[in-house]
Amino acid sequence: MKNIPLTIKETQEGLRQKKFSAVELTEFYLNQIKKYNKEFNIFLTITEEKAYAKAKELDKYGKFDEPLSGVAVSFKDIFLTKGVRTTAGSKILENYVPAYSATSVKRVEDAGAIPLGKLNCDAFAHGASGENSDFGPTLNPWNKEYVPGGSSSGSAASVSSNMSLVSLGSDTGGSTRQPANFCNLVGLKPTYGAIPRYGVISMSSSLDTVGTLAHTVDDIEIMFDVLRGEDKLDGTVKDFDKPKIKSKFRLGIAKEYFINGLDKEVEKMIEEVKKTYQSVGIDVIELSLPHTKYMVPVYYIIQPAEVSSNLGRFDGIRYGNNRNSFGSEAKRRIMLGSYVLSAGYYDAYYDKAMRVRSKIIQDFDKAFELVDAIISPVSPTPPFKLGANTSDPLKMYLEDVFTTTSNLVGIPGLALPSTFSKTCLPIGFQLLGPRFSEHQLFELGKIYHKAIDYKPKVAI
Amino acid sequence: MSKLTKKDCLHVAKLSNLNLSDKEIAKFLPQLSKVVEYIGILNEVDTRDVEPTSQTTGLKNVLREDEIKSENLLTQDQALSGTSNVHNGYFKVPVVLSERSI
Repeated sequence: MKNIPLTIKETQEGLRQKKFSAVELTEFYLNQIKKYNKEFNIFLTITEEKAYAKAKELDKYGKFDEPLSGVAVSFKDIFLTKGVRTTAGSKILENYVPAYSATSVKRVEDAGAIPLGKLNCDAFAHGASGENSDFGPTLNPWNKEYVPGGSSSGSAASVSSNMSLVSLGSDTGGSTRQPANFCNLVGLKPTYGAIPRYGVISMSSSLDTVGTLAHTVDDIEIMFDVLRGEDKLDGTVKDFDKPKIKSKFRLGIAKEYFINGLDKEVEKMIEEVKKTYQSVGIDVIELSLPHTKYMVPVYYIIQPAEVSSNLGRFDGIRYGNNRNSFGSEAKRRIMLGSYVLSAGYYDAYYDKAMRVRSKIIQDFDKAFELVDAIISPVSPTPPFKLGANTSDPLKMYLEDVFTTTSNLVGIPGLALPSTFSKTCLPIGFQLLGPRFSEHQLFELGKIYHKAIDYKPKVAI
Repeated sequence: MSKLTKKDCLHVAKLSNLNLSDKEIAKFLPQLSKVVEYIGILNEVDTRDVEPTSQTTGLKNVLREDEIKSENLLTQDQALSGTSNVHNGYFKVPVVLSERSI
């Protein structure tokens, strides 16, 4: 097959105009997986039969009129898929086959997508590099010596290596946006409560969200509209109408973002983004988010506390292996969580963190009185090499400094590819907006990509 | 804020239902100690004027109809499908209570 489509629109036009069939398209992706998966360790399970069955059904019906008709999708292995092994990237679940599917998996499949398989990730979504997977790290398709980001490592790598058109990931502290960024993709962390999480293996219940990855903002918008809305199985979800999009925007950049440790290339890129928006007539002002430096400490109290509780269910009785099968990072986080929740430390750590979380939310409430969205780095550095941060967990945790914000505040974050570093690796930024302002962020993302004449690219 | 001691580490492992080897304790203790020291920075924030945030939706008491939907039910076989440790349609569990002489 030539001219492989890189957007949903191209895919569906090609199918309708009979440039290729859904079966041919599926064959292309499966061949790409077979060719490169050994090298990059992206898929943990390939659902070839399911994919061909869906493709044949689509070709037979022939209309391709559902929002995701013919769209090749893959799922982070943290989404339960009925009858298909789901490991969460952990040996504790190496043979687990769920009896039901996540709501998001059902919604995507019901919308006509072709499911190709399950993707590698940091075990239980704990990590920022993919290196905490018990099934070995995923390599960055743009350069094998570098990490693809994490924890949705396979989700990002599958799309940027053309093994899948779009993918689902999860985002608890940046796990969709950071890998999207490291692999030159658009990634959305939605408002907490926009997309049901039923059937997604829980990590940190007050922070977990379902993320989406694709080449373009248009495709992320299509997926978001397929996935959002109540399912009556996740009590945190709220229906909402697509808001009217403003015609005049104002953006902000927090002065606290320019910290020690922010890479010079990332800093320069943020400066360029600001100029790009200004060049199309959008105001960009400086603002202050005074509690920025407390994001990571708050996150690394609340998140492990909730992890220790959520991973308590893995007792090896009803499913999975016993607790000795947890990897090091899961054990560290469970212990850290038990510590901050334990008698004598609860007030000093957990209660304190929940209160500082309130202060952080107040910062953002004030900021959104001044601006429609905030421009922020995603990762403080361009992609780093495999092994660079593995011996020092705290160093790896500090990777999350710009991403944990939107999870703690509950607001959406849209990661956008921008440019390439000197080492030819992708870098980008994110837009943070008020709760349920996704469509506004999409508009702002499209404005940016139009201004820089962004074109989707695959690494291999 | 105090540093994490080996005693803390063993206590926390017990609370977490984790059996750690001496090697693991030796590895985790300095790593966790460093993180605990780092998160102690929150002490410098004055939080007397705020309430704790445990969730961000603003939703309260979200209820649904108490109805049985077949698509949300698991059969007994499905419920037991995750383990081979079953007996007469039940999960087999490790012994919790042991006999002891009075």
